[in-house]
Amino acid sequence: MTDATFNSNVAAVGRPVRRDIGIKRRYAAERRFRFYGVAAIAVGIFFLFALLFSVISNGYTAFWQTTIELPVKLDEKLIDPSNQRATNPNVLLTANYPLLVRNALAEKLGVSTTDRPAMRDLSKFVSDGVRNQLREMVVANPSLIGTTQTIPVLAGADIDSAFKGQINLDVDEANRKVSNRQVAWMKELADEGVMRQKFNTGLFTYGASSRPETAGLGVALVGSLYMMLIVLVLSLPIGVAASIYLEEYAKKSRLTDIIEVNINNLAAVPSIVFGLLGLAVFINLVGLPRSASLVGGLVLTLMTLPTVIIATRAALRAVPPSIRSAALGIGASKTQMVFHHVLPLAAPGILTGTIIGLAQALGETAPLLLIGMVAFVVGYPTTPMDPATALPVQIYMWANEAERAFVERTSGAIIVLLLFLAVMNIAAIILRRRFERRW
Amino acid sequence: MNLMTERSLEKAVGDKMNAVASTNKMKGDKVSVFYGAKQALFDVDLDIPEKMVTALIGPSGCGKSTFLRSLNRMNDTIEGCRVTGQITLDGEDIYDPKIDVVELRARVGMVFQKPNPFPKSIYENVAYGPRIHGLAKSRHELDEIVESSLRRASLFEEVKDRLHDAGTGLSGGQQQRLCIARAIAVSPEVILMDEPCSALDPIATAKVEELIDELRQNYTIVIVTHSMQQAARVSQKTAMFHLGNLVEVGETEMMFTTPKEKRTQDYITGRFG
Ligand SMILES: Nc1ncnc2c1ncn2[C@@H]1O[C@H](COP(=O)(O)OP(=O)(O)OP(=O)(O)O)[C@@H](O)[C@H]1O
Ligand SMILES: [Mg+2]
Repeated sequence: MTDATFNSNVAAVGRPVRRDIGIKRRYAAERRFRFYGVAAIAVGIFFLFALLFSVISNGYTAFWQTTIELPVKLDEKLIDPSNQRATNPNVLLTANYPLLVRNALAEKLGVSTTDRPAMRDLSKFVSDGVRNQLREMVVANPSLIGTTQTIPVLAGADIDSAFKGQINLDVDEANRKVSNRQVAWMKELADEGVMRQKFNTGLFTYGASSRPETAGLGVALVGSLYMMLIVLVLSLPIGVAASIYLEEYAKKSRLTDIIEVNINNLAAVPSIVFGLLGLAVFINLVGLPRSASLVGGLVLTLMTLPTVIIATRAALRAVPPSIRSAALGIGASKTQMVFHHVLPLAAPGILTGTIIGLAQALGETAPLLLIGMVAFVVGYPTTPMDPATALPVQIYMWANEAERAFVERTSGAIIVLLLFLAVMNIAAIILRRRFERRW
Repeated sequence: MNLMTERSLEKAVGDKMNAVASTNKMKGDKVSVFYGAKQALFDVDLDIPEKMVTALIGPSGCGKSTFLRSLNRMNDTIEGCRVTGQITLDGEDIYDPKIDVVELRARVGMVFQKPNPFPKSIYENVAYGPRIHGLAKSRHELDEIVESSLRRASLFEEVKDRLHDAGTGLSGGQQQRLCIARAIAVSPEVILMDEPCSALDPIATAKVEELIDELRQNYTIVIVTHSMQQAARVSQKTAMFHLGNLVEVGETEMMFTTPKEKRTQDYITGRFG
């Protein structure tokens, strides 16, 4: 009896029992989990590339614009027939400049100016934007009158589309926007080398226009710039101050708990609600002007603040407690501790959070629609109080246009917006690296 | 040879004399500390003699750090921590509302268990304290303070060529000496050390211990340690804590040779803790 017990004990010690702990199953589970992860990332990357591909393939042509180098005779008989410009400067403003260009083109292509249908095709061939272009040129320098100048004029929107190969020329002539005659002219001018595509600087400088070829992002860029500055100048100091107070000074109490919960909730509030708030408070109550980038900036600040506060608090919390003890231990006051040690260490995190908040604000559209920034603004806003639009709003407005040239501009503007966002994110990464290397 | 023994004899005698004659720099009177509702220290009466090393020993969780932190009010930074009783520094109640905590902490410096240099240069680490307390009137004076503090922490020779390199790039032992230099730089009267050698190897530990022995000439030192040998080597007075109570306190030599309490004896001989 005792022997048997003794023996079985020896066996148990000598050869440990094999335990079934399901190694195979665990490996299988791990493999499965990895597969899910890889699949999720693959799907994400696929959609990212699909998005980039569609936007870029639709939009890259927006950065090119068809122009025609044309020798235009600034005929005094047509601009100022009765030679009044010394006494009446309005003459130069109201002159029929497109006619000059039309005549120049007719001469170049050997079209008779009395051929009415041909002249109608010709007038669509160049953009009506030449009116402004020539007017500015002549008003700035009246001595040009009477001379012949070689001027790069923009092609009309449809001609531009056709020249870029975006219009199917196999369709019956009656059903397409460019006539056979125009196509022939295009070939002739292109062969001669005077009609070609140039980098579209106008996309970045022009304001709103109903003609796609003279519509640009200029006003939207200025508006967005104003708003970003306002958001930065307001949300960074307010957000950082609030976070420092909550994180370092405030005693834990029911009140701070409520504030904390509400800040987290605010970050999740739909942006359009902030738009309504801005409309009610800044425009209706305070009486700030509609469509102004100041109001837009204030609304976006409200929207960005929770993001900045949450990021800043996380960054402050990540500073090791030993650093705080070290500072307090040699007799630094709380404020010295915060500003000399904690804040510098938290700065990379704060900056990253702020830039991400700014990037969010840059892409925000809904609240801006409510405060009237969907506006047709031709001239640059000189102050943040002037009417302006913003990049995403401009995209929204162009997306509602049917013309082919607006479609490509929509995608072009999206590319510009994405580039800005990418630059901001890269800046966030660089700043973080920079600061982190210092310690 | 002869000279050596004579000197060490003199020193030993001096220590004894000091232990008897020295005045008390700090006095704890019925000190109790609570973390929220939980009491961590119970009516501790402990005096800290001037220009001597006082060691606090006892098993983990017995309240050594808690007592140490109440000496420079670092407990204030812990939420829900409350101190009752009285602690005086040169006869002044340090918990008096009139006392400025910042000034108190400049007079009672602290070195922590884990070396915690600022993520700045070695120079900046030491210069920070004197700068915020306005101890140097010129750049030159500041340089001098930095150098003498580093010298006193016996670190200067090792780092003099790279004063402007990051303090976090030093070895653990060097970092701890840097922290000691940083504490010395503000000319404190008392230096509190919470297990300053627990993260160090024996060689670095020996250096720090040597340093503590030297610092005793000018500073009052309170050190928490888990090493009985360390307590025996560096301290003149030892206080034994257990479960929040002060079990026994006395001259180190006496404590380690003829402890009065059984708990002390058990702890020192390694029977519990
Ligand atoms: N911040 C705190 N909040 C709540 N309780 C604490 C806190 N710090 C310490 N305590 C408690 O107080 C008691 C004493 O802790 P203390 O840190 O003083 O021990 P110690 O003697 O330093 O131990 P060790 O040797 O492990 O460092 C312990 O029971 C501990 O759990
Ligand atoms: Mg401790």
